[in-house]
Amino acid sequence: MSAPAGTASVPMWDAADQGTYNYKVVRQFALMTVVWGIVGMLVGALIASQLMFPDLAYGIPWLSYGRLRPLHTNAVIFAFGGSALFATSYYVVQRTCHTRLFSDGLAAFTFWGWQAVIVAAAITLPLGYTTSHEYAELEWPIDILIAVVWVAYAIVFFGTIAKRRVQHIYVANWFYGAFILTVAVLHIVNSAEIPVTLWKSYYVYAGAQDAMVQWWYGHNAVGFFLTAGFLGMMYYFVPKQAGRPIYSYRLSVVHFWALIFTYMWAGPHHLEYTALPDWAQSLGMVFSLILLAPSWGGMINGIMTLSGAWHKLRTDPILKFLITSLSFYGMSTFEGPMMSIKTVNSLSHYTDWVIGHVHSGALGWVAMISIGSLYYLIPRLYGRTEMFSVKAITLHFWVATIGVVLYIAAMWIAGVMQGLMWRATNSDGTLTYTFVESVKATYPFYAIRLLGGLMFLSGMLVMAWNVWRTVRGARPVDAPVLAPALARA
Amino acid sequence: MSDFVSGFWSPYITLVSLASILGCGVFLWRLSTKRLPPGKKADVMGHVWDENLEEYNNPLPRWWMWLFYLTIAFALGYLVLYPGLGTWPGLLHWTSHSQYDAEEAHATATYDPIYARYAAMPIPAVAADPQARDIGQRIFLNNCAPCHASDARGGRGYPDLTDNDWLYGGDPDTLVATITDGRNGVMPAWAGVVGDEGVKNLANYVKSLSGSAFDPVRAAQGKVLFQTNCVACHGPDGKGNHTIGAPNLTDAIWLWGGGESTIMETIAKGRNGVMPSWGSFLGPQKIHLVAAYVYSLSHAEGK
Repeated sequence: MSAPAGTASVPMWDAADQGTYNYKVVRQFALMTVVWGIVGMLVGALIASQLMFPDLAYGIPWLSYGRLRPLHTNAVIFAFGGSALFATSYYVVQRTCHTRLFSDGLAAFTFWGWQAVIVAAAITLPLGYTTSHEYAELEWPIDILIAVVWVAYAIVFFGTIAKRRVQHIYVANWFYGAFILTVAVLHIVNSAEIPVTLWKSYYVYAGAQDAMVQWWYGHNAVGFFLTAGFLGMMYYFVPKQAGRPIYSYRLSVVHFWALIFTYMWAGPHHLEYTALPDWAQSLGMVFSLILLAPSWGGMINGIMTLSGAWHKLRTDPILKFLITSLSFYGMSTFEGPMMSIKTVNSLSHYTDWVIGHVHSGALGWVAMISIGSLYYLIPRLYGRTEMFSVKAITLHFWVATIGVVLYIAAMWIAGVMQGLMWRATNSDGTLTYTFVESVKATYPFYAIRLLGGLMFLSGMLVMAWNVWRTVRGARPVDAPVLAPALARA
Repeated sequence: MSDFVSGFWSPYITLVSLASILGCGVFLWRLSTKRLPPGKKADVMGHVWDENLEEYNNPLPRWWMWLFYLTIAFALGYLVLYPGLGTWPGLLHWTSHSQYDAEEAHATATYDPIYARYAAMPIPAVAADPQARDIGQRIFLNNCAPCHASDARGGRGYPDLTDNDWLYGGDPDTLVATITDGRNGVMPAWAGVVGDEGVKNLANYVKSLSGSAFDPVRAAQGKVLFQTNCVACHGPDGKGNHTIGAPNLTDAIWLWGGGESTIMETIAKGRNGVMPSWGSFLGPQKIHLVAAYVYSLSHAEGK
């Protein structure tokens, strides 16, 4: 425990007033992260199977690929990833501001509200209700609920920052804060719809403008939901688990501002060689390239934090998860800018390479940093020092890592092969391969991808068992609010 | 350029884009620090959060800084050469349209002589030429196979092109017309006119025409209905009519299926078959070759 009250450096501190941190909402979101992770990845495995066995839906409309694919993306991004972000941001903002959450009631509302959004998505998407905007398929009533929950989230988060007991705001909170603010803007602008009926609406945008708004949203969902938010997670759990200071404060300042500024421009790289005007395509491409260094800043700061403690990687499976996730992060943020170059894009676009790229980010980075963080978090929320089985964490790590590698390697090969097959021509100018031949050639890689996905999913089942054994019989603990350290925080 | 609705936007975009890219560079330059002297370790910032969270203040890694500068320099260079800054066309005058036009022109110059040679030959002669048939088959596989299948034997609702049974006719000119302009074959719905019993009776009569098992009593009643309602298109003998694409009902070749329930469904609800128009997509020379390929499927060499 830290220094008692009454020291000169923290004159405002009065331990009796402080009570405990609100861990209840953190516990709720943490457990639901595991649940939604399994659900989302199970749907993913199902649609991966449908690509191998197209008749697997048996003609049942709500099991069809077209309806389950958005359910998969929504479940893993917003249910699994979102719950992980809520859980860790609420934990981190309290611990690093040395104060309880701004409002317990609003925090509880965000939990139940977010779960309601997820359940509504799980019902309406299989029924075929969709706005057709990728990663924003939910219809307007759910969009409104999301906006309300998100505003409540912002109030809880920034309210907690405002009542912090330390002068400086810790770097993790910059990233969480940028993520919360920007996602609010993205969601509201991209959801500008005119309702027709309760479950049908039209966007106010049309044509190329609609596509541009969609991908301004879509790529910044990647940039802020799946990158900035999880970098916030990284900036707390990596130094905590490594027991080492962050490598460079200066680097965190530079890469933070450069990252959030540059991401905003990158959306048009999803629309190269389309009806989007050339000038917009070019700007999207060059800013995607500029994004490389700011993205890597986070990887460097995370991995270099371990310098002097590399030996811990051998024995600590949680650290393995965190550091491996940063490696995948570095890899996919290199791959992304490369794929935005028009010449590369003309080969990679519309192929399974894109799916491989997305999953090296989604499984390798987002899921693995979340899993590592949860293994750190969950025992502490239940008054334990570590998970029930550390060996099971190691098992989970290896199953997940091999699964990701199989998945992305299969999709890389499949994607490049498809791109080359589609552009191959004969000496008479006709296409060498028909589309269906490229589908047939992809078959073995669909099988490898399914295997990789199933391995990742089975790792999540190991985690669920481990969490269950850790939580079962344990008493939920709300830790007392700590006094700020003696140092000038 | 038509990309902008007023003269305001081009300078606005140019200014904001350049300021943003240069701003990244200035920001990086302003915040970069010197390398640490050899042997010296970075200091911690002196802030502590949550018991033990601290930060070193290591300088920016040099290689990382240079990578950042390099991407900024690339961006500026790219925007000088290519369109990006408002209406500035770029020194290379590249546009995605001009790239497409250039590739199209190259393809035309390279491949046109091949197609022109066959375009001058009558379709039966083209069909007898193995190289031409191969080209035609490739065109077929990439454009026609999704409906007519890779072996051209069609599927439910999509005609088999190998059986020499034609809805509109299989002579070269008709094939070219069908591919160029497409077809829309409409069978009206008759349930409202002849009633459910009438549909069943008609189906039995239709079955009798091609020699499959049928109920003679129903067929006899169906024949009466056929003579009043169906002969206009399918003809008094049920042999169909090429000019309107009405199928021959006597040859036991079925587009939608020849079982009683399927025939009843066809009569009751009608059918609507669409062959799209390929004229503007393939152009006359490729249509000539693909028509020859289709022709060859039902005309063995030399016939």
